Amino acid sequence: MNFAFDQDQLMMRDAARKLLDDLSPMSAVHKIMDSEESYDAKLWQAMAENGWLGTAIPESYGGSDLGYLELAVLAEEIGRHCASVPFSSSIYLAAELIKAAGTEEQKHKYLPKLAAGEQIATVALAEQGRTDLDGVTAKVEDGRLHGEKSPVVDGLCADLLILPAREHGELSLYLVDLGQGVERSALHSMDRTRKQARLRFDGAAAERLGGSGEAGRHLDAAYDRGAALLAFEQVGLAQAALDMGVAYAKERYAFGRPIGSFQAIKHRLADMFVKLESARSNAYYAAWALAKSPDELPAAAAYARLAANEAAAFATEENVQIHGGIGFTWEADPHMLVKRAKHLESWLGGGLVWGERLLGNAA
Amino acid sequence: MDFNDTPQEAEFRAEAQRWLSDNAKPRTESGGMMAMFAEAEGEGGNRGEAEWEMVRQAQAWQKRKYDAGWAGITWPKRYGGRGASIMQQVIWGQEEAKYETPPNIFMIGIGMAGPTIQVHGSNEQKDRYLKPMLSGEEIWCQLFSEPGAGSDLAGLRTRAVKEGDEWVVNGQKVWTSGAHYSKWGILVTRSDPSAPKHKGLTYFIVDMESPGVEIRPIRQMTGGANFNEVFFKDVRIPDSNRLGAVGQGWSVAITTLMNERMSIGGGGGMLGGDSGLSDVIKGLGKVYVNGRPAIENAAVRHQLARFMTRFKGLELTGYRTLSALSMGGMPGAESSIMKLEMGLLAQQMAAFVMELQGPNGVLMDSDVALMEAMWQQVYLGVPAIRIAGGTDEVQRNIIGERVLGLPADVRLDKGVPFNEVPTGPRTATV
Repeated sequence: MNFAFDQDQLMMRDAARKLLDDLSPMSAVHKIMDSEESYDAKLWQAMAENGWLGTAIPESYGGSDLGYLELAVLAEEIGRHCASVPFSSSIYLAAELIKAAGTEEQKHKYLPKLAAGEQIATVALAEQGRTDLDGVTAKVEDGRLHGEKSPVVDGLCADLLILPAREHGELSLYLVDLGQGVERSALHSMDRTRKQARLRFDGAAAERLGGSGEAGRHLDAAYDRGAALLAFEQVGLAQAALDMGVAYAKERYAFGRPIGSFQAIKHRLADMFVKLESARSNAYYAAWALAKSPDELPAAAAYARLAANEAAAFATEENVQIHGGIGFTWEADPHMLVKRAKHLESWLGGGLVWGERLLGNAA
Repeated sequence: MDFNDTPQEAEFRAEAQRWLSDNAKPRTESGGMMAMFAEAEGEGGNRGEAEWEMVRQAQAWQKRKYDAGWAGITWPKRYGGRGASIMQQVIWGQEEAKYETPPNIFMIGIGMAGPTIQVHGSNEQKDRYLKPMLSGEEIWCQLFSEPGAGSDLAGLRTRAVKEGDEWVVNGQKVWTSGAHYSKWGILVTRSDPSAPKHKGLTYFIVDMESPGVEIRPIRQMTGGANFNEVFFKDVRIPDSNRLGAVGQGWSVAITTLMNERMSIGGGGGMLGGDSGLSDVIKGLGKVYVNGRPAIENAAVRHQLARFMTRFKGLELTGYRTLSALSMGGMPGAESSIMKLEMGLLAQQMAAFVMELQGPNGVLMDSDVALMEAMWQQVYLGVPAIRIAGGTDEVQRNIIGERVLGLPADVRLDKGVPFNEVPTGPRTATV
């Protein structure tokens, strides 16, 4: 047994960290937050050029096929830098769904473009905020899609959408080119660095992805893969919050001493670290299951998700508290981490959803 | 990253399984959590013939393991060990946990005193003490805490004065598990009260049968009496029983404490087990909340999932620590995480399972309460986990200062001769 990343993976992490330090410092994330840009296009371009997008895509479809552990390494750094890119939508969710459910033709058609960053894809998981499949009313008739999906993460910038819809009474997945027959309107997510949209379809061309009636099965697996990988973004984010809190506690003085010397602050930071390490360990397990032991993935993904949701919420919220008044301001960084944590949690679901997914496997 | 055994690990596991199945009976239920508490707490803890019988059985099992080379997996062969890896130690622990075995009353010796002697002891000391420790022939206890020195361990006052080739010790120790059946104790004393408090300490190995050693039982909140207070009245210890240099007792004690946290936090028993959670899930079909089986209640399921996640996090963090150790690291401050989280989680989980039992929640009757009242016992025993080996608060200080690099608290005792440090309102220098 060896429960650690290997030397190559650690070198990859260092390189990823350097690229993000250079291109996506918090000042760059602030700029996206205060702009109408839906993502950081320059950073996205750099990720594509460095082969990040194709990390878990087979070579025959334009990827490098390095694997899921490597993708997890990148995910942690993206989370740590609070980067504003559609990586998770396009890669963890959409590309993986096409890999799992697509025909050869669909894989050849879409995956190379996603791996090269020429197209951005996302997945519409909700209608009117409802994510269970009983709530799906979108319909496909004669290859044309009608209905509404909301909210859709990266729905403003995506070129391609995967969504569940009904056709002849069957609930299936469909691929939709977002070029025509789609009306996009921006929603106001509290995390302005991960923008979301409402999409209305009135006759957009839709091609089925996977078998008829298989939306549930494919989405279920997509949630597990997505949770395992997003857990690394959440771990990275919690680490960023802890690092920020520790740095501030060392430099900020009150009552003649650094506030980090007070146990009230020190112990809060220690508790952040304990939750973070639990989340990190659970995320490692999920990444390993994703890469090497798919039978364990449903439980491992649920553990990873539950621990990551908790660690990210706690670390980011307490980081604001440790910063005091400055932590509550728009100009400072802490609120951006809080909002990203809530974005990542609300997207694939919180403890109420994942607790049930975990116990579904056990009791 | 790989969870599976390497071929060598698989071979070792098979060998362990063969020996265990020939020498012990399989456990009937998963008792990881209970076994851990039995070790921390003492089985039943009542004095008398039953306890001596338990000690004899534990010694017999230890000797059997020793003779077959399973007692000290990571210990050097020279001292009766197997000279194998820490990963093999864990594999052994996982396999042994599947069998009914007597309580492990050797943890203070093998888990704490042994590693300390291996690091700080002379060759003569290693040759004298390590083998009988590992074989279970000689049991060890820990004489660190005092009535006036707990978390502030370096504030201890038990006095050691050099007389010729001997030291004369006077004072009192407390919370000493198993003192009454131990042959040896590891003892930290104050040898120089005029030095700053961390610099005036000296560490000894003391024969518990020495004249002047008096052991009195302390009854714990569980009702058991595994703890003792130990009094020293002109106890003479030969200088050859000193461990480390005069005045260097603190750094020797740190070695012991690091190993203690490692063993409480889950270096062994926690790993690979589900800590009885599968039994809890089964049990929740038998208790009712608002007229329905508890396991059908959404709030119960939500809470249970959170506990399961934290248990899993502990188990997996243990594996991460082990991976780091097997690549050559030392047990470090990270073991504080495991110890801190283990105590809190066990207490919260126990309170939860008690609440689910309604009016039976406070009953200790094993034939009435759920799971033979195991969680009631855990609930009462858990303060020992949260206090022994450094309290939760001390662990948070360790994490804050040694892992996160936060500045130390302001101290009134730093650099001050020990005998000038304030100890109460009468001498306070505010």
